[in-house]
Amino acid sequence: MDTSIWRPILYLIGFMAFAGVNAAWLGWAERKGAAHIQRRNGPKEVGPFGLWQPLADGIKLMTKQLLIPSGTDDILFRIAPILAMIPALTSMVVIPFSGNIQARSIDMSVLLIFALASIGMFAILLGGWASGNKYAVISAARVVSQSIAYEIPMLITVITIVMITGSTNLQDIALAQQGGFWHWNIFRLEGGHFVYMWIAFLIYFICSVAETNRAPFDMAEAESELVAGYMTEYGSMGFGLFMMGEYLNIVVGACMTTILFLGGWGSPFGFLPGIWWFLIKIYILIFTIIWIRWTYPRTQIYKLLNLSWKILIPFSLVNLLVTAAFIKVF
Amino acid sequence: MTAPIRCREDETFVLNLGPQHPATHGVLRVKLTMDGEYVVKAEPVLGYIHRMHEKMAEDRTFAQFMPNTARMDYLHALAYNHGYVLTVERAAGIEVPERAEYIRVITVELNRLTSHLLWWAAFLLDLGGFSPLLYAFDDREQILDLLERVTGSRLTYCYFRFGGVYNDIDDDFITGTRNFIKRLRSRLPRLYHDLVTKNIILIKRLKDIGFVSKEQCRKYGATGPLLRGSGVQFDIRKNEPYSVYPEFDFDIPVYDEGDCMARYMVRMDEIEQSMRIIEQALDKLPDGPVRAKVPKILKPAAGDYYAAVEAARGSFGCRLVCNGDKSPYRLKLRSPTFSNLSLFGEVAEGMLLADALAFMGSLDLVIPEIDR
Repeated sequence: MDTSIWRPILYLIGFMAFAGVNAAWLGWAERKGAAHIQRRNGPKEVGPFGLWQPLADGIKLMTKQLLIPSGTDDILFRIAPILAMIPALTSMVVIPFSGNIQARSIDMSVLLIFALASIGMFAILLGGWASGNKYAVISAARVVSQSIAYEIPMLITVITIVMITGSTNLQDIALAQQGGFWHWNIFRLEGGHFVYMWIAFLIYFICSVAETNRAPFDMAEAESELVAGYMTEYGSMGFGLFMMGEYLNIVVGACMTTILFLGGWGSPFGFLPGIWWFLIKIYILIFTIIWIRWTYPRTQIYKLLNLSWKILIPFSLVNLLVTAAFIKVF
Repeated sequence: MTAPIRCREDETFVLNLGPQHPATHGVLRVKLTMDGEYVVKAEPVLGYIHRMHEKMAEDRTFAQFMPNTARMDYLHALAYNHGYVLTVERAAGIEVPERAEYIRVITVELNRLTSHLLWWAAFLLDLGGFSPLLYAFDDREQILDLLERVTGSRLTYCYFRFGGVYNDIDDDFITGTRNFIKRLRSRLPRLYHDLVTKNIILIKRLKDIGFVSKEQCRKYGATGPLLRGSGVQFDIRKNEPYSVYPEFDFDIPVYDEGDCMARYMVRMDEIEQSMRIIEQALDKLPDGPVRAKVPKILKPAAGDYYAAVEAARGSFGCRLVCNGDKSPYRLKLRSPTFSNLSLFGEVAEGMLLADALAFMGSLDLVIPEIDR
């Protein structure tokens, strides 16, 4: 492996740029997507198709004063938004964007990403708690219970992938799915895994929507119940960082779904594999997440937890057993 | 989801829902005593926009009070116009030309459609669905354009006069209304029912949530879709007919379940029924004057008069006490949402916060009408 000093610096710049562009322009994409679903135009004044809207928003947020209400925990209140960004940014280190675009190929990279995702949950917990606002505290409590409930089926589903591939390295998992869509984990012909893997994919996708606190599982910032949840007291760039963190989490979630189920950078027909396919796949997933958000009403916190504990966890456990049986038999 | 709630006095906290909160749609404040996510006690606090409409009536002439009626229930302003006009006409013994009665029914029912569409939009917003809001507003906008053409205003109408209406309707309005009914008929099944009513998340959020019994409705004097959603067939348009309603063939939707879903379905069915009434009224619309000759300053004989109409939220009653002067001696307005909201505290006890807000949304509150 190339150990020159330029490698980490180049990757750092590259990931920061990728993360920054995504965090800013996914906001634009969400607004445009929502607008077209709702038969409106969406942003269109700032630049062509409103493309410079994120810059205008960014300048506006950065020039606003960061208000810290009295009665808040000052230090935690400042740390929380930063903490919302860091785990998502750090996760990018181990994500293989293509066969040779990956900062570090770590053996336990799957576990690393899930550990970082849990830290992201802490940011919301801290932000909600430090605000000292009752809505924010309720929101923080919801986030913790939701996060715990949905990490379990998610990890169980990931274990099935690890069992099939025999590796916890994301690059190995992606490499094992190269050469056409019949090699992807979701439709895997080899070993007959396609019979049940789409169920695993559905479970994983639902969990990843819930983990990123997106509608219809956006219990944490349920507007009509909790005003803005953990973000109620945040303004200026504190709010901006939380929003960017949310979009980055969506990107990381889509990257993980792509690598685990949809063959990573592999092309569906076996030719021209590369980062293009990876980007196409993650943006299709992200569009689906936006589409879901603007179509469905919100669930309710206990129904959300029931969905996980009573449906997704039993299903994912059965799925695990079936995987083990298939690996043993075929 | 009917887990028994164990309340420990020392572990509850008070949550101030409002007066500024996205789900209260106005300046309603509800003092919630919470045990975690459960509501232990809910006390609505009123009075944030009390404007003394009833007192204002006492030192104005009868005609001068007309604009005030539109500023109570701003979503179904024409029904309030209608209720007040009916009472004064009863007091002064004014006969209304038949064409004016038909125009009143058409415009009131169109206004009822806007009210129900807006309720639907806001209710879905309470449940976290944003897109339906825009679909409903698209349709509502068409009605507002139609009403603007004849009444001159879009929200706070002052269209009715003692003995008729202010303006006659023209052919453009009639064809426009027919086209709109056709358009809404084609959009209702797809955009409203397929997308929202049959949505599994919506059904799970509304079924068996916020049960209101017939007894509770009687106890608090609840009316409107809330009462009809609890299995009581009561609609002033049928039970104590006024205007020309007896001449139309329409049904009163009633659901026995008493939950949020029942109230939702009652309102959705009422949209259909209102469209039926408008179509029939347009077909039967007679020719003639739209306003009777009425003296500029009314001086009804001393006495006690009452009239009630069915507004979108329930029955709106107007009690007028006259002493032969040119302004009322006392005007008591009975607004439906005040009674409907009074239920909230009792029913919301033991509910989850999210369910309590869904229940509040299903009551269809308009705060200026509660406070008057």
